[in-house]
Amino acid sequence: MSILTAILVLLLLASLFGALLGYSAVRFKPEGDPVVAQIDALLPQTQCGQCGYPGCKPYATAIANGDAINKCPPGGMATVEAIASLLDVDIVPLDAETEDNPTQLVAVIREDECIGCTKCIQACPVDAILGAAKLMHTVIESECTGCDLCLEPCPVDCIDMVEVPKTIHSWSWTAPVSQNSEVKIIATDGDRH
Amino acid sequence: MILATSSSPHTKNNLSITAIMMWVAATLLPGLVALIHFFGWGYLINSLIAILIAFVSEAFILKLRKRPVIKTLTDGSALLTGLFIGLSLPGYAPWWIPVVASLFAIIFIKQLYGGLGQNLFNPAMGAFALVLISFPLPMTTSWAAPQGLNGIERLDITQQIEITFSGSPDIFDGITMATPLDHYKTNIKNKTADELLKTDEFANGPLYGIFWVNLAFLFGGLLLIMKKIITWHAPAGVIAGVTIMSLIFSSDPDIHMPISLHLMGGATMLGAFFIATDPATTATSNKGKIIFGLGVGMFTYIIRTWGNFPDAIAFSILIMNFAAPFIDYYSRPRVYGKSGSMKGFALKDDYK
Amino acid sequence: MNKSNKLWRLHGGIHPAQMKELSNRTPIGQIPRPKEIILPLNHSNGAIATPCVKVGDHVNKGQLVATFNIPVATKIHASLSGRVTAIEPRIIAHISGLPALSIIIKTDDSDEESFLPKIENWSAMSNDQLISRIEEAGIAGLGGAGFPTQIKYRSHAPINTLIVNGVECEPYITSDDVLMREYSAQIIEGTLIALKMLSAKQALIAIEDNKPEAIAAITSELTRLSPSNIELRVIPTKYPSGGERQLIYILTGQEVGSGNIPASLGIVVQNVGTIYAIRQAIIDGEPLTQRVITLTGTAVANAGNYWVPIGTQIQHIIDATTPELIPHEVIMGGPMMGFDVPSTHAPVSKVTNCLLIPAKNELPRRSEDKACIRCGLCEQVCPVNLLPQKLYWNSKHHEWEQAELNSLFDCIECGACSWVCPSEIPLVQYYRFAKSEIKKEHVEKVKSDQARKRFEDRQKRLEKLALEKDAKRKARAAAAAKAQANKETDVESKLGDQAKADILASLARVKAKKPKTEQPPKDADTLRLAWESAEEVVLKAKNKLKIAETENTATVSALVTALGKLETRAKKAKEAWMTASTPNNNHDGESE
Repeated sequence: MSILTAILVLLLLASLFGALLGYSAVRFKPEGDPVVAQIDALLPQTQCGQCGYPGCKPYATAIANGDAINKCPPGGMATVEAIASLLDVDIVPLDAETEDNPTQLVAVIREDECIGCTKCIQACPVDAILGAAKLMHTVIESECTGCDLCLEPCPVDCIDMVEVPKTIHSWSWTAPVSQNSEVKIIATDGDRH
Repeated sequence: MILATSSSPHTKNNLSITAIMMWVAATLLPGLVALIHFFGWGYLINSLIAILIAFVSEAFILKLRKRPVIKTLTDGSALLTGLFIGLSLPGYAPWWIPVVASLFAIIFIKQLYGGLGQNLFNPAMGAFALVLISFPLPMTTSWAAPQGLNGIERLDITQQIEITFSGSPDIFDGITMATPLDHYKTNIKNKTADELLKTDEFANGPLYGIFWVNLAFLFGGLLLIMKKIITWHAPAGVIAGVTIMSLIFSSDPDIHMPISLHLMGGATMLGAFFIATDPATTATSNKGKIIFGLGVGMFTYIIRTWGNFPDAIAFSILIMNFAAPFIDYYSRPRVYGKSGSMKGFALKDDYK
Repeated sequence: MNKSNKLWRLHGGIHPAQMKELSNRTPIGQIPRPKEIILPLNHSNGAIATPCVKVGDHVNKGQLVATFNIPVATKIHASLSGRVTAIEPRIIAHISGLPALSIIIKTDDSDEESFLPKIENWSAMSNDQLISRIEEAGIAGLGGAGFPTQIKYRSHAPINTLIVNGVECEPYITSDDVLMREYSAQIIEGTLIALKMLSAKQALIAIEDNKPEAIAAITSELTRLSPSNIELRVIPTKYPSGGERQLIYILTGQEVGSGNIPASLGIVVQNVGTIYAIRQAIIDGEPLTQRVITLTGTAVANAGNYWVPIGTQIQHIIDATTPELIPHEVIMGGPMMGFDVPSTHAPVSKVTNCLLIPAKNELPRRSEDKACIRCGLCEQVCPVNLLPQKLYWNSKHHEWEQAELNSLFDCIECGACSWVCPSEIPLVQYYRFAKSEIKKEHVEKVKSDQARKRFEDRQKRLEKLALEKDAKRKARAAAAAKAQANKETDVESKLGDQAKADILASLARVKAKKPKTEQPPKDADTLRLAWESAEEVVLKAKNKLKIAETENTATVSALVTALGKLETRAKKAKEAWMTASTPNNNHDGESE
């Protein structure tokens, strides 16, 4: 008899909590997948495709589904660290051979050689090239993300990637090089307060 | 021509780390001299052993950590740690006690936490706690009775060396004694305060000696405050903490220790001026330092009165070291131009 | 407002060695005229001024030579008369050592002036007229930042107190000191003008107590004139009491809210040199063409203060005072907040108040930095009550968000924390680095948001195009089918019955003859003929191209493309023929 009571009570509790969970799952369901948007906010939006995905949002979706976080060279280690801290995963070194924090490049069209074929305009993922068929093409420097997807399609190879020139306005202080604690041996070397 | 370029400011103050450490060591000397005079050469021997082992162990661990050895040793912090250990240990402690304490303090508490400025606990106090708990017999039976008073003969330095290096924890009963606080605590059960304070042990004995030691440390501490190497906040907090707790709970000296004994009868002055002000382990802001000091004073009183240990500075300091980062989060100073100070861990966007 | 002479004590602060006696023992001197004046056209926010003179023009002293089209910049005037020899990049006094576009004037001794008209009775003029005159004269804040002065006077907030900053708390610098000693009357006059322009109730002149001669000069002038609304305040010597916010607190006990300006408290602070320049601009019509600069340091022979035309090269000043000196370091400003000049060919600007040329071991310098011992001395001296130690850890570990929330941007970079640090850590450099990284991050975030938006817009545009194409194609197919159906009925309805029958019959005949799929495959001969004719066409096109190439006409590229197409067709024809010659006959229509 007591066993029956026990079973009944447990069944009751189980159904009660099950109903509560089910209700919460429906009532408090999150809209869409905000993690993807958060990851996308950390990516540099170069839309270059070096990660293997056609743009930053697809890569963000892939990361949310478990892909590696170290495939974005333009983002550099800063982006890897930011994503790692957002998702609470381990930091991995960058995938490619590209060095960390590459200098910012922009595309420049050598206008004397441009034949007006619009192939680069079609290739640019952020529509940063101005022009039309048989008319001069030019890169809008402020919108160019340096992804260099326009270099390949150009049939006359008239596009260069150049560094953004340094001016007095863009100069900034560098981090001081500390003489001590450069060698990291024990765990407390480095990022402790 | 290429001119030199660097960030401003292009000048600096003339107080370096070594200078600070030397000043602290110098202001400890009056207390050390008082201890030697009243309680024997043991304190000097212990200090020397502790300092030597501190240097050796620090050199060893620096080599392992691939850091520059001479440069780090000359900043004076190992010297200071050794000195603190020597001042805290009992006079007749066998030689291996300061050795163990020093090794533990330097290697584990200081260097393995990251070196100078990175230790979470005060090295000397951590080592004292370790040695007290691991070797209770030598640590409780080696306290020296005040020499040259009350018929107790003064030991000279060779005799002291013999005692220290004999390695045995058994020492003649006649020349050891419980610490003043311990003595008071045990004997107050049988006598009234007046009677107790009139006994030889107190009138001419330990209280007499320990009083001068504390006075010497007080003097040294005030000197440090004047030199602006430490601020008055932490010492004031400690003294206030002990005093306030005494006022609340010990109105009757026949049951508990009187305030004067609390302040001058143990290591309170040493703790207040030198240990609670240890920069790496105390709270950061001035507000925080006062809270830190109050905490130390409070715990000292609690452990002394209701705990098992006669002198509780070491444990109180360690407990408050635990709490110092937390105190920091809640005692940030108010920035000029902003209303109120930011409290808590979560940094708020609307702190204006 | 401070009626009771009360002073508040500034939190923190340090007392570095003053070293003022090196340069405050002589009256203000003159230097010989420089051969060249360099006037940079860049502004710290990236804007470039537009010159209103061209190369070869002759300019008079005080003539307008360049203007900005943003309000936060002052007009630029020629400091001396001469000829504009170039407008080109030159090294300027910026720590990066990078050049900036500058107007170069080769001076002559004509000394013709193009000043603005003098104003005899300024009290009769309206505030707007006076403020416009300040703007025309290019007056900037001479105390450090070079903020256009007229903007402070045009603020919408009501102002009741003007603070004239003669504090000069930084070591070595004495330019304000000697200016107050020698030009106290003009300074009082300038203060009165400024009071009128602000419609303020009172002015406080603040001087540190280490300047007894200046205090005496100002006091005697005030006693002589007895203005009811100007008072002198002597404050204790402490660095950095002369900072705007710190001085306001010392004099009034009020704090300027973080992110606000002093005008929010009804206060305006002006440097004593700026007040003098205002007076000159109003009463003598003189634009800002020269200022007092302290030349100091034990390496300099004739240390002291000099009137220097704006744009004079530093090398010229050195040559005029200590000819054989080869400096190893030149600091523009004082030892606490000044910066190292990259080259002595750089010119002095409106905000240069001091040139400090120290001997090799004169200034105690930072050596290798050691571990932070958490002594907290930095927090004891910070005049803004920050926790420099916390900011140091945040900056070192790149915790930008934490640094910002720990009030990093309230730091005035006075250097007191770095000065006092026993571990010799370059704290100010850490904070500057952190601030610039945070700013860069903000800029990059804006840029990447923009790039994301453009990318998404482009995706939408392409999708839309694809849909439209699809819809068009379907519509075309439907229309074609409809037209086809219509065509048949059309034709039928137009013709007469006989004609209809004839046509139908011939259509039937054609249909009977035509079945493509049942037709026997073209024989090899026909295909060979087709290929040969295709090759002829190719040859003709090649000739055409050759002619076009020799004549270099614009049709070359089009011909090249056409030739390509013809060659492809010929190739296909050949293939078809070769396939037909072999016993395999699978040939559907052409693809493409």
